[in-house]
Amino acid sequence: MLVTKRLDFEHSTAFQLEDINLSIQKGEIVSLVGPNGSGKSTLLRLMSRLISPKSGEILLVGKAIKSMKTEDVAKKLAMLPQMLDHQLDLTVAELVEFGRYPHRGAYSKLTTEDKKVTQWAIEITKLQSFRNRMLHSLSGGERQRAWIAMAIAQRPEILLLDEPTTFLDISHQLEVMELVKDLNENFGMTVVMVLHDINQAARYSERMIVLKNGKVLYDSTPTDVLRREMFQSVFGIDANIYKESGKTFFTPMKLGKEG
Amino acid sequence: MESAKVNVRTYSAEEGPKQHDRHPLAKRRLIVLVSLSITLILVSLFSLMAGAVSFSISEIWNGLFDSSDTLERRIVWDLRLPRVLIGVVVGMCLASAGAILQGVMRNPLADPGIIGVSSGAGLVAVIIMIIYPTYIALLPLAAFIGALVTALIIYALSWRGGTSVVRIILVGVAINAIIGSFMSALMLLYSDRVQAVLPWLAGGIGGVGWVQFKMIIYYVMIALILALFSIKHIRVLRLGDELAKLLGHHVERSRFFLIVMSTLLAGIAVSVSGLIGFVGLVVPHILRLIIGGDYRYLLPASALGGGLLVVLADTIARSAFNPIELPVGILLAFIGGPFFLYLIQRRRGPVAGH
Repeated sequence: MLVTKRLDFEHSTAFQLEDINLSIQKGEIVSLVGPNGSGKSTLLRLMSRLISPKSGEILLVGKAIKSMKTEDVAKKLAMLPQMLDHQLDLTVAELVEFGRYPHRGAYSKLTTEDKKVTQWAIEITKLQSFRNRMLHSLSGGERQRAWIAMAIAQRPEILLLDEPTTFLDISHQLEVMELVKDLNENFGMTVVMVLHDINQAARYSERMIVLKNGKVLYDSTPTDVLRREMFQSVFGIDANIYKESGKTFFTPMKLGKEG
Repeated sequence: MESAKVNVRTYSAEEGPKQHDRHPLAKRRLIVLVSLSITLILVSLFSLMAGAVSFSISEIWNGLFDSSDTLERRIVWDLRLPRVLIGVVVGMCLASAGAILQGVMRNPLADPGIIGVSSGAGLVAVIIMIIYPTYIALLPLAAFIGALVTALIIYALSWRGGTSVVRIILVGVAINAIIGSFMSALMLLYSDRVQAVLPWLAGGIGGVGWVQFKMIIYYVMIALILALFSIKHIRVLRLGDELAKLLGHHVERSRFFLIVMSTLLAGIAVSVSGLIGFVGLVVPHILRLIIGGDYRYLLPASALGGGLLVVLADTIARSAFNPIELPVGILLAFIGGPFFLYLIQRRRGPVAGH
């Protein structure tokens, strides 16, 4: 679905991504985790063509993203950056309609198909009663769902999310994660997301990729990745690992020696 | 662990907040657009009546539709009508130019006057007026080229693998100062011919007639029609550069188109009316507070509001201090500057009342 080949990126000598080779499979939920400055957001921005790599290439469904028309990329790949303008005076419905932009171009009217997909995106995100509310009058969680509705109105095959739950209170965080799970399970959407909360990543994804200093250190199932050694070497903390209803979680105990 | 179970909050149509069945601003937009149109017509009519000689409605009627050579005909048809029409189109161009520039820069303080585009147009216009007066017919085109070149210089100088709003405005302010110095030097060098340029520099439509109207009207029509195309671009760009790019929009390309559009409109206005400030800044700003930032409504409303403001101000400027005629640019700056400061002070949300 999405493949990165020998991807290098250099922002400064202090910050770079080196030799990233990943293959995201269709239907996966993949979480990118790692300490601040590890390059996880940068990797997501590279995957979504917001920035260009120094060398290497990114393939989207077999085609080099660089050689594709940007509107064709947008029909297959949607991404929500972390910083979004919450002061926009658009209604939810107007925002979601923008998701149809890559499909219809700048000057044509919304087709019946566009309207149907917009309606579908609003229903999936349970925003029916907010259709005509202004974006800035919504709560944080509702607003995040509205942005996601816009992204899925693109009908992408793959959805990239940059810290979709940051700044939300806990119930809204769960709401968003449940929505992501729903999109994956019921609509086959491949999801790659940067998450700060490792327990959340472990609970909702099948695959976790751990980055540190611009390199991929771990790439496996949550149960494989959540180990004491990993927390020691990547985050420099001692952690307790435990299982609950088949999922692996951790509790940070104390600062450990960084490896 | 039953207590650890978290209920995911969901909404259904019944329990959610009050259901709105249409856009919350729909009614307000309609009222504003309709009342601006009606007021524009009424003020234009009033502007034909008022002045050194006042006319009644029936005299205006005769002046407009009876072509025999009467006093009414000469004042209403030959003097006042072209002036009113020019006031309308100049106001439309200025306010649209400001609105488009504010949209592309995502900054309510952007204005062709502030970032130096108008003075670029002005410099070229002054050169033509005092050095090459034989080419006066090319004034709108020359002013547009001056505005465009200035805009491109600003754009190029603020380019660092992309443009930032702050850079554009800072570079623009500097360019504005440089052009100002050229203009001053030019006027000192040709001090014998400056008299003809002064009222124009102050910004006015005092001596205009059908000649000037015919000179700009085709440019105006083309520019205003093209301006309608800018609406879609601005709407996408307002989502932010990143999101616009992610949606497959060609951000730099469309930003370039919008800057050209804005300079075209500003250049046309400058070519006939000189440096009238404040219209492009304040009209879209006030309307944004009332009807919000959706350019499908904001741009047409700004155009109407700009036309209305210039005609109204010009009518006051030429009748209030009778027999002295004040250039409309001076009056606008005099009233508009403090009013704008007041608006900035009380502005809180993106829409009034929020």
